[in-house]
Amino acid sequence: MSMPTPFLYASPEQVMKDRADYARRNIARGKPIVALEYANGVLLMAENPSAMLHKVSEIYDKIAFAGVGKYDEYERLRILGIRQADLKGYAYSREDVTARSLANLYSQVLGQIFTDSLKPFEVEILVAGVGEDGDPAELYHVTFDGVVTDQQSFAAVGGQSEALSTFLSQRYEPTPVLDVAVRLGVEALRNVGNSELPVAQVEAAVLDRTLPRRKFRRLEASELEAALAT
Amino acid sequence: MSPRPDAEAGRIVSSFTDFLRSERPDLLPQLGGSVHPTEATTILALRYREGVVMAGDRRATEGFAIAHRDIEKVFPTDSHSAIAVAGVAGPAMEMVRLFQTELEYYEKVEGEALSLAGKANHLGRLIRANLPSAMQGLVILPLFAGYDTKRGEGRIYRYDVTGGLSEETDFHAVGSGGRDAKNSLKKLYDRPEAIDRDGAIDLAIEALADAAEEDAATAGPDPVHGIYPTVFGIEADGVSEVTHDVVERVARDVLQRRTRATT
Repeated sequence: MSMPTPFLYASPEQVMKDRADYARRNIARGKPIVALEYANGVLLMAENPSAMLHKVSEIYDKIAFAGVGKYDEYERLRILGIRQADLKGYAYSREDVTARSLANLYSQVLGQIFTDSLKPFEVEILVAGVGEDGDPAELYHVTFDGVVTDQQSFAAVGGQSEALSTFLSQRYEPTPVLDVAVRLGVEALRNVGNSELPVAQVEAAVLDRTLPRRKFRRLEASELEAALAT
Repeated sequence: MSPRPDAEAGRIVSSFTDFLRSERPDLLPQLGGSVHPTEATTILALRYREGVVMAGDRRATEGFAIAHRDIEKVFPTDSHSAIAVAGVAGPAMEMVRLFQTELEYYEKVEGEALSLAGKANHLGRLIRANLPSAMQGLVILPLFAGYDTKRGEGRIYRYDVTGGLSEETDFHAVGSGGRDAKNSLKKLYDRPEAIDRDGAIDLAIEALADAAEEDAATAGPDPVHGIYPTVFGIEADGVSEVTHDVVERVARDVLQRRTRATT
């Protein structure tokens, strides 16, 4: 006969709270990401010691993705996003692929995992989108439990995101040119973390409205240094 | 479809085509029979010193009728490659779109583009998948060309109806006027190192004009309507379409050379 299992009970409130605390704790340990709207679109910046493993990536023509937390988990979400975007663009039309619908998908997936799984995903996602000239950029912040918020002008995700948001809300003036945005982003990352953060450890990319079809472009370290030098 | 990323295990995550086949096979190119499908006619590619030029005439036919006089048959597939299609136009265009999506999908997921040979092999698989329709007469014959950034040279791939692939060292032409265009190139073409970009554009338009004189389904340069061949160049810095103005100037020269004075 097997040992009788002890009867375990935890209230749903307790279970959800424990999961949320677990996810929050692990996400807070990670390095943050900032997104800034600039004259031609959106600038995404992350502190990232690796030059090969990206936190910021292209999803579709006008949509970019940034993820913080556990690498394998946000990587799975990134691929899911690319797949959904390409599927939709192939089945319908490229213009039908929107940042809003992608943010909704991430919200669904993360919300479902948070409720159904033994452990929630320890990630936070930022979906950025640019439209035509004159349209404001879209920034959607999706948390580990599937809550989506849309943010204006700038957003900060991951560890120290509150300190970053405070810093940016004091310093951000709409709408900076790229060099100014790069300087502000690096300053913000240095302000909340390593004040000597080398440029080689800053991963940066833009969604640039002026590019032909695929608006996503990674910024080279030399470009960042040139912006910081001015 | 399950939104859970967990459900994606055990699949080549970088292949969009595989994903379609398992999740949405209804979106894969599928053909029904038709008496006179629209057919795209003559396309060609030739290597020159810095890369490859690809060109196509602008005519599509339905049986003995001209269906379109300004159809496009050459398309960039990513930053350093392009495809040209001859054969049944509808499914050919769909294949081009699938191929373009596949290359971009792979590039985004993996963070780097497929090798040129990898792209060429994948296109072979798409053509093979069309074999049952080809047996019913709905044949698609593309040409694929690109700049191989590792080798530092332009390369041309041709296919047979079963998806069998072979590489051409100098030039190739496909479609109803393909044989005529190829014969023209055979006489005019020297070797890649001896031809510059302008020379390659000139040869491409000359060969299409020759094909148009022999093949009813191929259109020559049409100054009356201002319709000229589509020409793309692929070099180390990427794919670019040769502008309408340049093509028009070259095409007018080609026509001028063949104009016999009447007195």
